[in-house]
Amino acid sequence: MRCYAQAILDSGIPQDNHVVVSGIGCSGRVAGYMKIDSYHTTHGRAIPFAVGLKLANPELTVTVFSGDGDLAAIGGNHLIHAARRNVDISVICANNFNYGMTGGQLGPTTPFGARTTTSPYGSPELPFNLPYLLAASGANFVARWTTIHVRQLKRDILYMFSKPGFSFVEVLVPCPVGFGKMNFIDEGLDEMLLYKERCVIADGIPIDELGIDLRTDQPIYVGRFIDRDLAPYRPVRLEDIE
Amino acid sequence: MRVFARTPIDWAEVRVPRGQVYLIPERCKGCNICVEFCPQDVLQVSDQTNAKGYHLPEIATGKERACVHCEFCSIVCPEFAIFTLEVDE
Amino acid sequence: MTSSGVLTGKHFFQGDEACAEGAIAAGCRFFGGYPITPSTEIAERLAHRFPEIGGVFIQMEDEMGSMAAVLGASAAGARAMTATSGPGFSLMMENIGLAVMMELPCVVVNVQRGSPSTGLPTLPGQSEVMQARWGSHGDYGLAAFSPWSPQEMFDLTIHSFNVADRYRIPILLMADEVVGHMVERVVIPREDQITRWERKRPDPNNKDAFEPFLAEDPDLVPPLAYAGEGYRVHFTGLTHDELGYPDMSAETHHRLVTRLVEKINYNSEKIVQTEDHFMDDARIVVVSYGSTARSARRAVKDARQEGIPVGFLRLVSLWPFPTNQIRELADHVDSFIVAEMNLGQMALEVERHVRRPVTGVHHAGGAMMAPDRILDAIREVANTGYTHLR
Repeated sequence: MRCYAQAILDSGIPQDNHVVVSGIGCSGRVAGYMKIDSYHTTHGRAIPFAVGLKLANPELTVTVFSGDGDLAAIGGNHLIHAARRNVDISVICANNFNYGMTGGQLGPTTPFGARTTTSPYGSPELPFNLPYLLAASGANFVARWTTIHVRQLKRDILYMFSKPGFSFVEVLVPCPVGFGKMNFIDEGLDEMLLYKERCVIADGIPIDELGIDLRTDQPIYVGRFIDRDLAPYRPVRLEDIE
Repeated sequence: MRVFARTPIDWAEVRVPRGQVYLIPERCKGCNICVEFCPQDVLQVSDQTNAKGYHLPEIATGKERACVHCEFCSIVCPEFAIFTLEVDE
Repeated sequence: MTSSGVLTGKHFFQGDEACAEGAIAAGCRFFGGYPITPSTEIAERLAHRFPEIGGVFIQMEDEMGSMAAVLGASAAGARAMTATSGPGFSLMMENIGLAVMMELPCVVVNVQRGSPSTGLPTLPGQSEVMQARWGSHGDYGLAAFSPWSPQEMFDLTIHSFNVADRYRIPILLMADEVVGHMVERVVIPREDQITRWERKRPDPNNKDAFEPFLAEDPDLVPPLAYAGEGYRVHFTGLTHDELGYPDMSAETHHRLVTRLVEKINYNSEKIVQTEDHFMDDARIVVVSYGSTARSARRAVKDARQEGIPVGFLRLVSLWPFPTNQIRELADHVDSFIVAEMNLGQMALEVERHVRRPVTGVHHAGGAMMAPDRILDAIREVANTGYTHLR
C-alpha cells in the first residue's frame, strides 16, 4: 500500500482523479485507509465495479487493490474477462497464499502441499500461476514482485497508471498468522528473508514456468513478464465507425 | 606516482545524504523487518517495548551517523511506524 | 431524434424496446448486462442505440459482474441500469444489497419468466415479487414497480431512475415476459416534457467537512458525491458511520440500518403508486399487477355487467406496499381477491393488512391468466355473501 501511495504522489495525476476499488479480505481493507475516492465492494466484485466506474468516467485513474482469494477465486471470472477485454484499469493483487481474513484457508494460489486450516494434510491442488493466467487472458502488463522489492514495485505501479489497457501486478505478501506458521515460515521477517534468498528476476524464463512451489528450492521468479500494447477496451462510439 | 584508482568524477560535489530516523512507537509490532533490511545496519532491536509489549528498534551504538536517508525502512515497514528525514550538515 | 436520443413521437414498440427507450429518455448512459430471455431485447436495443448518443453498453461475463459494473458507473455519477430475469435476478441479489448499503442509485429490470430455477424461459411469471422485497440479505428497503404495458415499460423506467436518484436506492422494475415481449403503441413525449428528479448533491465549497452518509434533511437521504470530484469519499459495504468509514459498533449499525429502512417508509407516500377503478360501490376489491392486471380489469368489468359491486386496484408500485390505501379500502369492502401469476405472494401482503377474507386467484405461471378464472372467483365470492375464504 505504501508503494501504491508513493506511486500516486509521484504520478503527477491529481489525487482527486485517483480511485481505489477493493474487494473483501485483509487487502480489501486498503480502500479504507486511503484518502482518495475509495470503494470497498463485495467479495470478488472489485474488478467489475472498477470497470463500470472507469467506463462511466474514463478520466479517472482506477486501481483495484485486493487479495489473491478475492481476485482469483470468487472474482476469477471477472479477472480473466477484464484482462481479455483489456479494460484500462490497474490491478494490484496482494498474494499471501491464503484467505487470511478468515483465518488461513486454502486459496487459489496456495502452493501445492502447503498446509492451511482447510488443507490440514497439505493442499491437494495445484495453484494458479497468476502471471501465466493474466498473460493468457490478454492483459497488456503483467508483473510480479514481493514486499521486499519495494522500489521495483513502486516503479511498476507508477508505470501501470500510464500504461493503457489492463495492467496487473502480483505482490507476494507475508502472512505469518494465516499461512506462514503452518508452513515453516514463522514470522513475517522469515518470509521476507525467504523472498530475499529465493527470488530471482526472471529473464527469459518461459511464462508458464513462473509457478510458485515453496517445497523445493526452485527459485521464485519475479519481474516484469508482459508489457505489450494490445488495444485497450473502448466503448463503441458511432463516430468512430463512420 | 599518482594513483589512477577509480575515483568517481563527481566525488567532490556529491555528498552522501544523511538521515535522522524517527519512530512512531505505538504503531510498531516488533517485526524487525527494518532492523534486518537496513542497508547500513543502523538499527538494532532494543529492550524498550511499546504499550503492546513489542520490542522497538533503536539506533545501534556507533551508527548514530550511519543513516543515509535511503528510506528503505520507511517503505518496507508494514505499519508506517518508522521514517527518516534528511539532515543537512 | 434529438441529440439526447429521445425518440419523440408515436411508436409500435415491444415492451423491452420501450424499456430501453425509457432508459435513454431518462438520461441513462450506462448499461451493464448479461443476456437472458426474456430481457435480452433491452440489452440488444441499448447496444444498438447507446453508440449513437455516447452511452456505454457493456455485456459483462455474468450477472454479478453486471450489477457490480452498474454500481461502479453509478459511483462515477452515471444513471446506470441492468436488465435480467429470474436466474440472473438471484445472482444480482448480493450487489443489490451493496447498492442499498452504499446508497448508490440504479435500476434493475427483471422481466420475469416462469420460475423457479430455469423454469419457463420464454413464458411469463410473477413469482419473484417477494424476492424483489427480501431477496438480498438483511433488513433493508427499496422500491419496485410493475408495468403492465409497453407504454408503462417506457414511463416506469423513467420513473424508476427518478425515484432511484431522489432517494439513492436501487429500483427493481418487475416486468414479466408478456409485458416484455408484447408490442403495443408507445407514445414518447418531447424531451422537455420528460420529468427528471435531480440527485441531492453536496456543497462543493466545503469539501473537507462533507460527510457522505450524513442525512441532515428529514427525508433521510444524504447528498451523493461522485468519484473524481475531490470529496475523497469512502463507500463500503461494511457498516459505516456518517463519514463512510467502517464502524463495527452495534449502535452505529442500528442507526444506519434503521435510516436505510426508514428512508423508504418516510418517503413512501411519494413512491407508492396505484391505479383504482369502480371503488365507490365496491364490496369486493380485485387486487392485481403487471400483465395479470389486464385480465383482472376485464374480469371486473364483466362482473360489474352482471351487477356484482366489485372494484379494481392495480399495484403500480409493489414495494413499498400501499398499506394505507389497502387499510382504508378494508373499512368499507367485505372481501379481497388477489390475482397474480404465482402461488400467493402479494396475497400474503394484502392478508396481513386487512381484517377481511382474501381469496387468491393463483397460477404458477407460464401463461397469461384468463379473465374468466378471475371472473369465476368474483362470482363465487359474491355468491357466498362476500365472506367466502378459500
